Amino acid sequence: METGTQKLTEGAEAGTGVFVFEESTSKPEIKWRETVRLFCSNIAALLGFIVLVVFVLAGIFGPTLYPADPFELVAAPLSGPGEFTLLGADYLGRDVFIGILYGTRATLLIALTATLVTVFIGITVGALAGFYGGMIDNVLMRITEFFQVLPPLVFSMVIVAVFSSDILVVILAIAVTTWTTEARLTRAEFLKIKEREYVLAARAMGASNLRMITRVILPNAMPPLVIAITLRIGITIIYEAALSFLGLTDPDVMTWGKMIGLSRDFFFDAWWTVTFPGLAILLVVLCIALVGDGLNDAFNPKLRGR
Amino acid sequence: MKLAIIQRILLGFVLVIAVIVLNFFLLQAAPGDVVDAMLAEAGGGDPELAAKLRASYGLDQPVFIQMLKYLGQVLKGDLGYSFYYDESVTELILGHLPTTLMLTLSALVIAVVMGTLFGVYAAMKPKGFFSNFVTVFSLFGYATPVFWLGMIILLVFALYIPLFPAYGIRSIPEPEHWFDRFLDIVNHLVLPTFTLAILYLANYSRISRASMLDVLGADYIRTARTKGLSEPKVIFKHALKNAALPVVTLAGLQLGQVFSGAVLVETVFSLPGVGPLLYESIVRRDYPVILGVLFGAAVTTIVANIITDLIYQRMDPRIQSIT
Repeated sequence: METGTQKLTEGAEAGTGVFVFEESTSKPEIKWRETVRLFCSNIAALLGFIVLVVFVLAGIFGPTLYPADPFELVAAPLSGPGEFTLLGADYLGRDVFIGILYGTRATLLIALTATLVTVFIGITVGALAGFYGGMIDNVLMRITEFFQVLPPLVFSMVIVAVFSSDILVVILAIAVTTWTTEARLTRAEFLKIKEREYVLAARAMGASNLRMITRVILPNAMPPLVIAITLRIGITIIYEAALSFLGLTDPDVMTWGKMIGLSRDFFFDAWWTVTFPGLAILLVVLCIALVGDGLNDAFNPKLRGR
Repeated sequence: MKLAIIQRILLGFVLVIAVIVLNFFLLQAAPGDVVDAMLAEAGGGDPELAAKLRASYGLDQPVFIQMLKYLGQVLKGDLGYSFYYDESVTELILGHLPTTLMLTLSALVIAVVMGTLFGVYAAMKPKGFFSNFVTVFSLFGYATPVFWLGMIILLVFALYIPLFPAYGIRSIPEPEHWFDRFLDIVNHLVLPTFTLAILYLANYSRISRASMLDVLGADYIRTARTKGLSEPKVIFKHALKNAALPVVTLAGLQLGQVFSGAVLVETVFSLPGVGPLLYESIVRRDYPVILGVLFGAAVTTIVANIITDLIYQRMDPRIQSIT
């Protein structure tokens, strides 16, 4: 109801009052430009975003600019930072810095793909349940409840153990165990938005169900989803790091979590082997949290400071 | 209301059955079966013996029949035999449970109590230093991998400043007196509990601060203040009662996740809990144990959810009319 009147006044201000109704049925009512402006005025969020961009660029171009093999033994085993290599070497003499650089690409790529799959499953299930309601909703929500009962880390460890530690299996294991949060969130948003006037108007104009879901409701459900997805990336990075730490991911791919796991028996003699990869995880996930907070404030300016 | 509880418990039972079915199919998907494992242990055997053994274990019957059998077995509390330990999985898990429970429950209690106090204190001065501290603390809590934090804490408090033991749950040799033995275990649990609690705490402080801020803006709080009640009375008697609901929900959720939380911390601190049991069984591909832990974890979650619901209903009478 509130959004309806908001739309009207906005349209009146812009002098297009006549078309307001039609516009609001086809276009999302979120002011993305305003959101970007608000986001950029938040220094912490902007800083976090910049650091993330640096990491992404390092992940994309780093290995090309600095060709090396993260598994190659290049220095004296357990040599400290600055002795032979910038950040020291692990118990076999692998360069920690090269590991982190190459790990950036693998870590981010796995986390992003897994997040994408998670979000895709979650949004699909949530949207179908929220849009159709009734039987479909009931069945889908029971399935969601079932998956919520299985503790993510334990369940994904079991999946990897039963099938394989192939990257694809790991990504699916992460997605299968965590999509329920997004599903519930999407469903709640759909239930809320479904009753709005512009949705009814779109229906009256003969929009197909698919169009209603993807073009009318989903864009309007995006703000809370964008925030959730952002935070999900951070959670997935830590999640993947945990699986890698336990040695349950692809042995041929170097990730930050794996570096920590590989040095588990030696870190009392070489603090740098676990400290630096861990700091990389901490820094990236911290920046993601800052960006998520910034998005939250930008989407809900009224709630600022909560 | 009684009906709602019964419904909830029935649903929980259905979920347990569903988990058992899932377990069965995972067991089917896993390479090798009991007979393979037995023969491998015995140093191989001919296919005829294998077939005979399979028949005696009912492995030659249709999948559906096998599933029903497995269902009945698990419902009776029999999770099968560990290939490696040659021991019943149920006993194996129960044997590893005390360490895990001690670790996670003490971390949870510390986090809930301190987190609530942190949140209340921060909400009293929303722009104050402590409030900002809670914000930053919760950001770090979100971003820090628990296993890494454990290792850093080990480096600092076991290696550089050797205050606490670095691994295990008992000293060797064990102290003679039972009270010294108790203190010894506590001493071993300090660092892992601290590791787990600090991350939980970050979460609880944030949530209790947010919900306290919400509640403090409500009309009935203003009424309580205008009545002339003292501030502590307003906060602890009127506000906290309602502000505690989200905290209870989260605590209930985490109570169900005790296994998850413990896997990594127990691995880092080499505690003989369910976590390392799961981890080592995965390395050994000891599937009955792996699936037993999954089952135990799921059942814990289901029970914890039901308990949370009940407590929630007790605390918030409005809920009853809805369910």
